[in-house]
Amino acid sequence: MIGSFSWQHFFYLVQSIWWTLVLSGLAFLLGSIGGFAVLLARISPRRWLWMPTLIYIECVQGIPLLILLFIVYYGLSVYGFALPALVAAGLAMMVYTSAYLGDIWRGCVEAMPRPQWEAAECLSLTRWQTLRLVIIPQALRLSLPPTVGFMVQVIKMTSLASVIGFIELTRAGQIINNSIFQPFLIFSLVGAFYFVLCYPLSRWSQSMEKKLNVSNR
Amino acid sequence: MDFSLNFAPLAPYWPVFLLGAWLTLKMTTVAIIVGVAVGTLIAFLKRSNHRWISQACSVYIEAVRNTPFLVQIFLLYFGLASLGIHMPTFAAAVLAMIINIAAYAAEIIRAGLESVPRGQIEAAECLGLSRWRIAWHVMLQPSIERVYPALTSQFLLMMQASAMASQISAEELTAIANTVQSDTFRSLETYIVVACMYLALSLLVKLLAWGCGEYLFKRRRVIRRATMEAARRRVPSTSPYQPKTAAKAANSGSTS
Repeated sequence: MIGSFSWQHFFYLVQSIWWTLVLSGLAFLLGSIGGFAVLLARISPRRWLWMPTLIYIECVQGIPLLILLFIVYYGLSVYGFALPALVAAGLAMMVYTSAYLGDIWRGCVEAMPRPQWEAAECLSLTRWQTLRLVIIPQALRLSLPPTVGFMVQVIKMTSLASVIGFIELTRAGQIINNSIFQPFLIFSLVGAFYFVLCYPLSRWSQSMEKKLNVSNR
Repeated sequence: MDFSLNFAPLAPYWPVFLLGAWLTLKMTTVAIIVGVAVGTLIAFLKRSNHRWISQACSVYIEAVRNTPFLVQIFLLYFGLASLGIHMPTFAAAVLAMIINIAAYAAEIIRAGLESVPRGQIEAAECLGLSRWRIAWHVMLQPSIERVYPALTSQFLLMMQASAMASQISAEELTAIANTVQSDTFRSLETYIVVACMYLALSLLVKLLAWGCGEYLFKRRRVIRRATMEAARRRVPSTSPYQPKTAAKAANSGSTS
């Protein structure tokens, strides 16, 4: 029986936003831990460390997230780990996010003027101290706008988890659409929800970027 | 549980994989070319003096940039079908990609246009160039050249986003992978192969974009050739910035 769109459907969609947020948060948290490791390895002076990291970044950036999701999901399941969709999606997005965030942050660290490093060296700080006390606090300010911008990407990318059956916003939309066939209304609504989630973040990122650019203008 | 990777059952499917890669490449190329053209138009429209036009452009750009591509595809394919507009999956996927990339390209190109110094446009006006020639020679060409790296990385992301078109079962690499894996039950191997193909494709796109950049931006080529020429000419002569050779030259000068 085909019913019409009711409040019940609406609340189902609103509830599923929570899972979109959970997955985004998980992906961002795991991804930033991984991204920090990628950053450290990428700027290391040791060749055996930065070379493989460069290859890792290039590989992950060259493969669509959808394929990564499939590889993690099927790959782990054939080895006998029947993972819940949330874990599989979180892992795949961690890999993806870590490569991009690592690359973004590397750009910010490398944008720090060379004398900062040299001055820290003159003060006989160790490399880790230099990073922790001198470079990262300054690079953090620079990295905030692109990181928030990437957060928008992460939220949008969680829609892909619907493919492996994780019930988040897009999947909820599909489920409702399968029961009452009104795709135009439902997917517009789903899009509107994503917009509500992402737009404030984009605006925030843009305004921060403008503030940073004041000195350059 | 014992499991080992076995790629042998996939061997007979290689023409199918290649076909999929070709379809993905074709789809991406069409979407990029049309999308950048539309995006350029929108970037100029956004700068127009009519408030309505420029606001409509911003609404379009923000709406596309803040919603997932997957939802856009669904809206375009299922949504329009429910309103009575049916189109083949391939056309729907390409259309969705054009709409998506046009918004991103518009934003990137707008940033480029804004970086053109005001004085250059005024100078061109003083020289009596027509509006179209100012737009083309003074504004668009240099700004595209400046934002070309950003555009290229957007193209790469678009190529990867085309994998989502498999969700409306448009024929491309990922959709073909889905059929192959349901034929052979070798899901992991199939997706590993496809991942490698996407890697190769993104290398190809990078290479193509670089080649196009070399071909299109004549200024860049000329400048590079000139610097190389200058560097070659400078090597035999001694410059004051090379203290050792300068000192040697001075020494030899004094002794002879």
